[in-house]
Amino acid sequence: MTFLLVALGAALGAPLRYLTDRFIQARHDSVFPWGTLTVNVAGSLLLGLLVGARAGPAIMALAGVGFCGTLTTYSTFSYETLRLAQGGSRFYAIANIVANVVAGLGAAFLGLAIGLASAG
Amino acid sequence: MRSHPQAAARQSVGRVGLRGPRRPADVPAGTWPVLAVIAAGGVVGALARYGIQLGLPHRPGGFPWSTFLVNITGCLLIGALMVLIVEVWSGARLLRPFLGVGVLGGYTTFSTYVLDIQQAVTAAAAATALLYLAATLLGALFAVWAGAALTTRTVRWLRRASDSQGGEQ
Repeated sequence: MTFLLVALGAALGAPLRYLTDRFIQARHDSVFPWGTLTVNVAGSLLLGLLVGARAGPAIMALAGVGFCGTLTTYSTFSYETLRLAQGGSRFYAIANIVANVVAGLGAAFLGLAIGLASAG
Repeated sequence: MRSHPQAAARQSVGRVGLRGPRRPADVPAGTWPVLAVIAAGGVVGALARYGIQLGLPHRPGGFPWSTFLVNITGCLLIGALMVLIVEVWSGARLLRPFLGVGVLGGYTTFSTYVLDIQQAVTAAAAATALLYLAATLLGALFAVWAGAALTTRTVRWLRRASDSQGGEQ
């Protein structure tokens, strides 16, 4: 049953990551991977919210492990970073690492605080 | 190029960088088959990640080995995949969305990584949090590079081997 919930969340998270990336990358000319940054920060915020609100095991499997886990990605983030560095955009590569880590952690802590407050 | 396979091989040793597309998700327009294979791949990747996380639990404040291993192996595989889709499987249109965006994108995770760091900080294990943060970052970048480099060399070695075999017949 838990595996089914994880699968359902993942079936929504993966296409949403792809659609978000396409939507965002089509709206700027920069080589900076804003699309992946957006899904990573949004997923970190939502997972923080779920952890803070002490979501039950079923919601955690569906929305946490399945949806947030799949919406966010480390492989694309790392690949894009290395590609930027090797393509001569060292500054963008470092900026991408800093932005993902700082904004991701910030979003997680913010989500956690909101979740804790809403859970009372 | 075919007449100088050795020269090409020597060149490739000096430069085994990423020659693949800039972005893994930069695949043909969002048609339904593309979305379907991405969703299916995401399910496969997420279930593999979940299975590993269940099999390798960590105590609060301990090093999150499962997510570390998932992210590093996923990065090794995306490095290999992005070489293969350019060098070997260039005709297979749905392969990159399925394996790259779906399976590996869903297998690796950024949100759990960030929450692992936050949980370690909360458990007063700041050193573990920092070590995990840095080890995943550096390990992931090295893994993408290593996956691409090893695959590039293997593909070229196999091509050379089959070329010289063809010459003998």
